[in-house]
Amino acid sequence: MAGYLLKRLAGLIPLLFGITIITFIVIHLAPGAPGQVQLQMNPKVNREVIERLRKLYGLDKPLYVQYYEWVKRIVKLDFGLSMSQDRTPVIKKIAERLPVTVLLNSIVMLLVLLLALPIGIYSAYKRNSLTDRTITVAVFIGFATPSFWLALLLMIFFGIQLGILPISGITSLNFNQLTFWGKVLDVAKHLILPVISLSVGSLAYLSRYVRASMLEVLRQDYITTARAKGAGENRVIFVHALKNALLPVITILGLSLPGLIGGSVIIESIFAIPGMGRLFFNSVYMRDYTTVMGILVIGSFLTLLGNLLADISYALVDPRIREGLGER
Amino acid sequence: MRRIRSYTFFLFILLIFSWGCKKKNRIDEEYYRYLSDPNLPPAYGGEFVTASIGDASVLLPVLATDSASFDIISLVYNTLIRYDKNLNFKGELAKKWKVSKDGMVITFYLHKNVRWHDGVPFTADDVIFTYKLITDPETPTPYASQFNVIDHIEKVDDYTIRVYYKEPFAPALNSWAGLYIVPKHLLYGKKVTDPSLKLKRHPIGTGPYKFVEWRPGDRIVLEVNRDYFDGRPYISKYVYRIIPDQATIFLELKAGGLDEAGLTPVQFVRQSNFERFRRNFNKYKYLGFGYTYLGYNLLNPLFRDRRVRQAISYAINKKEIIDGVLMGQGIIATGPYRPGTWYYNPDVKKYPYNPQMALKLLHEAGWYDHDGDGILDKNGKPFRFTIMTNQGNNQRKLTAEIIQKRLREIGIDVKIRIVEWSTFINEFIDKKKFDAVILGWGLDPDPDQYDIWASTKTGPNQFNFISYKNPEVDRILDEARHTFDIEKRKKLYYRFQEILAEDQPYTFLYIPYSLVAVHKRVRGIKPAPAGISYNFIRWYIPRPLQGKRLVE
Repeated sequence: MAGYLLKRLAGLIPLLFGITIITFIVIHLAPGAPGQVQLQMNPKVNREVIERLRKLYGLDKPLYVQYYEWVKRIVKLDFGLSMSQDRTPVIKKIAERLPVTVLLNSIVMLLVLLLALPIGIYSAYKRNSLTDRTITVAVFIGFATPSFWLALLLMIFFGIQLGILPISGITSLNFNQLTFWGKVLDVAKHLILPVISLSVGSLAYLSRYVRASMLEVLRQDYITTARAKGAGENRVIFVHALKNALLPVITILGLSLPGLIGGSVIIESIFAIPGMGRLFFNSVYMRDYTTVMGILVIGSFLTLLGNLLADISYALVDPRIREGLGER
Repeated sequence: MRRIRSYTFFLFILLIFSWGCKKKNRIDEEYYRYLSDPNLPPAYGGEFVTASIGDASVLLPVLATDSASFDIISLVYNTLIRYDKNLNFKGELAKKWKVSKDGMVITFYLHKNVRWHDGVPFTADDVIFTYKLITDPETPTPYASQFNVIDHIEKVDDYTIRVYYKEPFAPALNSWAGLYIVPKHLLYGKKVTDPSLKLKRHPIGTGPYKFVEWRPGDRIVLEVNRDYFDGRPYISKYVYRIIPDQATIFLELKAGGLDEAGLTPVQFVRQSNFERFRRNFNKYKYLGFGYTYLGYNLLNPLFRDRRVRQAISYAINKKEIIDGVLMGQGIIATGPYRPGTWYYNPDVKKYPYNPQMALKLLHEAGWYDHDGDGILDKNGKPFRFTIMTNQGNNQRKLTAEIIQKRLREIGIDVKIRIVEWSTFINEFIDKKKFDAVILGWGLDPDPDQYDIWASTKTGPNQFNFISYKNPEVDRILDEARHTFDIEKRKKLYYRFQEILAEDQPYTFLYIPYSLVAVHKRVRGIKPAPAGISYNFIRWYIPRPLQGKRLVE
């Protein structure tokens, strides 16, 4: 097991390098350069400043030198300075945006899990019944609803018609004057609508997944055996079947780890949430290379890590895989 | 069991609805009595909340390039002089100024009782430092070129400076109106490119508002500068919220979360046309500071003949574009200037929609439909070209579609191509790989447009990318930027507009109105040619209306 783990970890390094090289080249190949968006097509602007900025950002050096210097810093976990006029360290920019995004996405993930599991199990258990079909139609409608449209409807209904929930932002303007619990409540209120908008889509996905995997397990011989030996339905479903049906769900959870830090540009823009999605989108638009690369490196590292964790936890819960590894 | 559950669920829904209804029925009559009273006296205090689509990028004036940053900078910092409501110069940090007869020397007399927000007195040294900083080759500022025509600045005393120019430069005062003075005592000996420089994210100026906090991507908060030298502003707190979505801004306004919001034409004309909106908000509109045009690549043989360009101008129905794209909220542009300014020439050749005239001009230029396929041709080549514009600007895209339809009617086949901004500029505009483009220019109060129209500015990365070359225009623009005499200058620009109207290097399309809604509790707004925000420090919220912003 330990050998396997080491092997997998070692395998991550070349993969990570490959990803950084490709993304580095792609972002530099895109037309434009940092700072240009705001400087172009403004007759008051003298163009030498673009050259000056190129020098300041080190973009006048050959690409491989730039990459080498960037990698040299990144192995020391130094993400460098943002290529925007304020030259903020990239890590600070990410740190400003990360908490909101992680908070939002964790709540969404938790909520989706809490809802999808019972829905999936219930639909599988009562497959093809009227309830199952109703649920199927309902979650598919949710899946097909564009999240931005749902978001606007929710804002109009809860924000304007009822006037009970804030429309946008993550905190109220008097946030600094609130008590600790007041602050918690304030953020919670602001999060309700974005959480709903983000959850509805993924609910269908996960609940259908749980349903399918549960159905497959329920068809297995050992379930028939369990029933035959007289185990109660609850025991059959929740002890015998669920444990095995959850195996694929673990993989999905592992794979959604990077999703925790990657925000949704659309939802963040509509609700004016200062999250990672907007930071990434604006950085690409502004050709802020260092910030883009910083977010991508963290994202790809988490993706690879998520994969690894999924595999490990899979091995932990599934004796067949665990033993297969031990033999190697 | 199941019945009980669905019953509680039903009750829950009912509860939510009743809660909502209760809220809607309770109208604060006292508040609305005050809101409809126009005679409430000005009062200090209150919080003003506005919204912007983009976040500021840096709050140090010499580095900032985006409008959001300048929204904040203009409240925290001051310039020596500024434009008043009628777009005439007015003293700010300088109480008066004098331009020498030959235009070579400008003397500024500074206010003596001005202090920086940290208490240090403001003096002539700050002005000279700002000038040195902006012209320092090490400073990555885009605004140096306007100050490179200065020979040197002489400090007469702590409150008087004399600026010596290398040559008379008519837009000089305009350039001073755009130069925000930065504190020498906080920047001297420091590098503006240093990432640890605090002033970039925590500005300290002399302006009417002091910086409080900046939550990136969320909001910027300012508080009133009680000791402001030009009189204490009324409104105590200024909140600049960043809301990247125009629809959300409008919803937030209607929900009572904002005092002011810019509106799109649809929002202005249709979506704000109901009683509750009228009861709570005032709508303002004033002519914007920019115009949209169709520019031709004059290196392309298709557009070399002036008659062809004039024909296209006749074939485009500009009124239709304004009605369709701007819901009527704009005016037809006849040249590169804004009507109502001293240099605007109203009597230039105009191109009303006239397809017959367009065809006649095209026939004169040799374009006929010889093969009967509905497309004009000449020497066997059909009249086909592509209009390009940038992605993300729906108005330009719609404009292109309307033009496409009208030109097809007279036998010109137009394709439309929409490209992401950086790609558009780098790969197509800068390399001159385009037939025609729809773009816009911002309009400065000063009429100098040498960089856009002079034949010396057609090089790579320069702004005369359509390669317009007219020796008379070159001469006029050069002379006009060295002429201080306003009557002489006016004559030159009048002639310049006549030539442009005749030449039609662009088909000038429209100048949109700026559309704004402000909550009725905010008073003191006086619309003028400069817009509405020029006198923000004199806006006030009457005492009984401070503290809440109802929209019932």
